[in-house]
Formats: sequence, structure tokens, C-alpha cells
Amino acid sequence: MLPEGFFPRILFLLETYSQSFMQGILYTMLIALVSTFIGCVIGLAVGIVQTIPTDKTENAAKHYILQVIKFILNAYVEIFRGTPMMIQAAFIYYGLPYVFDVTLGMLPAAFLVVSINTGAYMAETVRGGILSIDPGQTEGAMAIGMNHFQTMTSVILPQALRNIMPQIGNNLIINIKDTCVLTIIGVTELTYATRSAAGAYYTFFEAYTIAMVFYFILTFICSRILRVIEKRMDGPENFALAMDDAIVLGEGTYKYHGNPVETNHDVREFKRDEALRKQSGNGGER
Amino acid sequence: MSENAIISVRHLSKDFGSNRVLRDVDFEVHEGDVTCIIGASGSGKSTLLRCINLLEKPSGGEILFHGSPIAGHGFDPCGYRAKVGMCFQSFNLFNNMSVLDNCIAGPVKVQKKSREEAKKLAMFYLEKVGMAPYINAKPRQLSGGQKQRVAIARALAMQPEVLLFDEPTSALDPQMVGEVLSVMRTLAQEGLTMIVVTHEMAFAKDVSTHVVYMADGVICEEGTPEEIFEHPKEARTKEFLERFTNR
Repeated sequence: MLPEGFFPRILFLLETYSQSFMQGILYTMLIALVSTFIGCVIGLAVGIVQTIPTDKTENAAKHYILQVIKFILNAYVEIFRGTPMMIQAAFIYYGLPYVFDVTLGMLPAAFLVVSINTGAYMAETVRGGILSIDPGQTEGAMAIGMNHFQTMTSVILPQALRNIMPQIGNNLIINIKDTCVLTIIGVTELTYATRSAAGAYYTFFEAYTIAMVFYFILTFICSRILRVIEKRMDGPENFALAMDDAIVLGEGTYKYHGNPVETNHDVREFKRDEALRKQSGNGGER
Repeated sequence: MSENAIISVRHLSKDFGSNRVLRDVDFEVHEGDVTCIIGASGSGKSTLLRCINLLEKPSGGEILFHGSPIAGHGFDPCGYRAKVGMCFQSFNLFNNMSVLDNCIAGPVKVQKKSREEAKKLAMFYLEKVGMAPYINAKPRQLSGGQKQRVAIARALAMQPEVLLFDEPTSALDPQMVGEVLSVMRTLAQEGLTMIVVTHEMAFAKDVSTHVVYMADGVICEEGTPEEIFEHPKEARTKEFLERFTNR
């Protein structure tokens, strides 16, 4: 029987529907994580293509082919950014059997919809990330003979990716929340579970309170984890002077000292003096 | 026109829209030459240097590298740039890499050397510029002078035939200018072929073997440092040098 009072009812719902809530959380996170990842890959690919420089005078054929590809990619970005994901989900899930005679399962359809949606947003983010990198970085890479591909993979993208990490996190969190629109195609994610729990006993307030708390916990954990990842990408704040690297040992080969730098010679002398001092100190005590 | 020139620039011109920045520039660089290009800002010095490294596409004339034109069909611009190093006013070190990785990237990625070999090479040149202890640092952790010295080591690690310097000390304070110039002086004494765009007249006078004075996109006067600094022929050269020495 349904107990009286707000908190007892929440506990009752949690107990009764623990399994469907757990399944809901699992699906929500699965769809959000996988789709954000695939979406980032799509976005990266689209964003990179859109920033390929073209020169009409140098290679006309390449230029026009690229223009066509860029137009198609632009259309993709505009259409999927410009329509609601809920409608896209219904459109694709119910439309595919009609048009292509393909029936997708609910889960694959969910991955597809959320991925291409994320991809459309990420494409613009990646483009912005690439444009935000100082052109000097490209020139520096070109000056040592790197081609466009090498410049991108080893210099520009690592920096662009670091810069767009907050936006990737944004997308993940948006995706965790926005999977709720997939209820329309019957995916049993967290909102779906909540609705069935709420409907059974007409305990709407209690059920949605539970959903609120769950969603918040999920997004909060994710945003903290992303912060840690960002910190790790930045690397250590300080650096150690390399004094014990075998190849660095080359005192006397320094041609120039702008400021007196600690050389290996200095360090060794210091260590020897210290050892001597210790010896004599110990001798005095005895 | 001698035949053993590494780089010869013939009738080079460059337009940015309707703005003609270089017109009919002619000069040559031989092995072991230290050519300093001096002149007021906006006179086309940097553009000339960027054209030589193909960072800008010349609008007219040609640039020959060991006698073959660098803008021709079938000419590999990446392979060419690997042989002609460049140091920039704003250093342009790769911000995502440590000092060591900055110097290794070119030899490994472009020249396909092994990592160990590249590291030995990089360490040799980092030692030469006095930056060997800093191999673990990221560019943002270094001072301007240190960055420029790493940039020089990065260019040297490619073992270029010619090294171009585009106002390497213009973004630095006087003390840092000293440390960078001192490194460049050493390189010049060791016989590295260099083309240096600079406002450091003392450096141009002492170190260079050849001085080019540019004004309004043309070479106004060129010659040995003695000819340019002691006995300038053109009135504009005199005026320019006076302004600098009276500062």
C-alpha cells in the first residue's frame, strides 16, 4: 500500500521501482556517453573538412570538389541544429521503415539520433576551436616543413581539443538531460522510468523529485570528472630542470649563459660539498 | 650573378591587393653569408623573408634555390621549407609540446628520423643555445628570450642550409635581446648561412657579411657592413642610419 507523507512515498517508489530506475539510469548514461563520443568524432571530421584552406588558382578541381562537400556538410549542420531532437527522433525512427525499408531497434535509433545531433553542434565547436589557434602555430609548423595533415594532427588539433574540452563537457551534460526526449520513441531511459512510476500511483511530485535528484547527481559527477580530465591535459604547473638526463650531461659545451644557469657541474660540486660537510659534521659530534 | 648561390631572388614582386609591397627585388645569398636586411617598418623586409620561405606567394619574379625555381610545378614546398629554417618575431613554438618535443617534432615527423637520433640532435642544439636544462618545460613557462632560443634550436635541429630570422628580437626586452643576439653571433661565427631581418644595427654592423637596406619595397642600397654603415651612398640610407645612431 502507498504510505502517507512525502519522504515515505519517495522511499516506497524507490523500493518498488528500483529496477526500472536503475535501468533508466543505465540507458540514459549509455546513450549519452556513446552518442557524445560518436558525435565528437563526427564533429571533428566535419569541422576539419570545413577548415581545409582552398586556393582556386592552385588546384581548381580540388577546390570545387571541396566546395561541394563543404556545402553538404553545412546543410547537415544547419538542418540538425535547426530542428528539435524530439522531432528528429520520431522522424527517423518512424520514417526509416517507410523510406528505406530499414527497421532500427529503439536503442540503435537513439544512438543515431543523439550522435548526429551532437555531431552537428560539435562541428561548429571544432571549427571555432581550430580558428581560435594562433595562425603563428601553423606558420611555425610550416616553417619546419610539415604538410597540412601533419600540422593539423600534431600541432593544431591537440591545442584545439584542449580549448573545446569545456564545450565537449557541455555537450555530454546536455545529452544526459536531453535523452529524455527519446521517451517519444519508447526508449526506457530515466524519464520513461519516472513516468511509469509516477503514473502507477499518481505520485507525480515524488517521482519527479527522484528524477531531478538522479539527473543532477549524474550531471554533477560527469562535470567533476571532466574537470579532472582537463587538469590532466594541462600537465603539471611546474617543470623540473633536467639535470640527471644522460644526454643533458654535457657541461662545458654550453656556449652561452644569459643568466647564470645551474649546470650539472654546479650541482655535482654542491652535492660533493654537502657530502663533505655532513662527514665533517658527523665527525665533530662523535 | 654567380652560380653557386644558395638562394637567388630575381625581380621579385609582391602585391597585397592593390598595395605593392615588393617591387623588382634582386639579391643573392651564398654559403656562409650572414645577410642582414635593415630598413624602416613597412619597407617590405619581412614580406621578402616570408616570400623566400613560401609563407607568402610571390606575385612576380622568381626565387631560385640552388638554381631551381621554388614556385615551379612539381617543386615540393614542404621539402624546401625543411631545408630553409625560419625563426619568427613571435617565436611560434608549439604550445602543446615541451621544449624537447618542439625540437624533435620536425626531424621525426618531416625527416622521418628515429626518436633517439632526433633527441640527440635536439639536445646538441639545445645545449648550444643554453636551453638544455629546460627540456621538460612548456613554452608558456619560459621567458621571451628563452622561447626564442628554443625556436632557434628547433630550426637548427632540422639542420637547414639557410636560417631566416624575422625580427627575432623585436618582441624582447633589452636583456633578452642580448641573450638571443649572442646565440645568433655564435651561429654566424660557426659559418651558418643566415638571412636576418633586424632593427639591431650593432648586430648588423658587427656580425653580417652583407647588409641590404630596403625602403618602400625596393632594395635601396646593399654592400658590406662597412660600405653601408661607414660610407653610405644614398641619401635615404644616410638619413635612416642617422636616425638610428642618434637614438
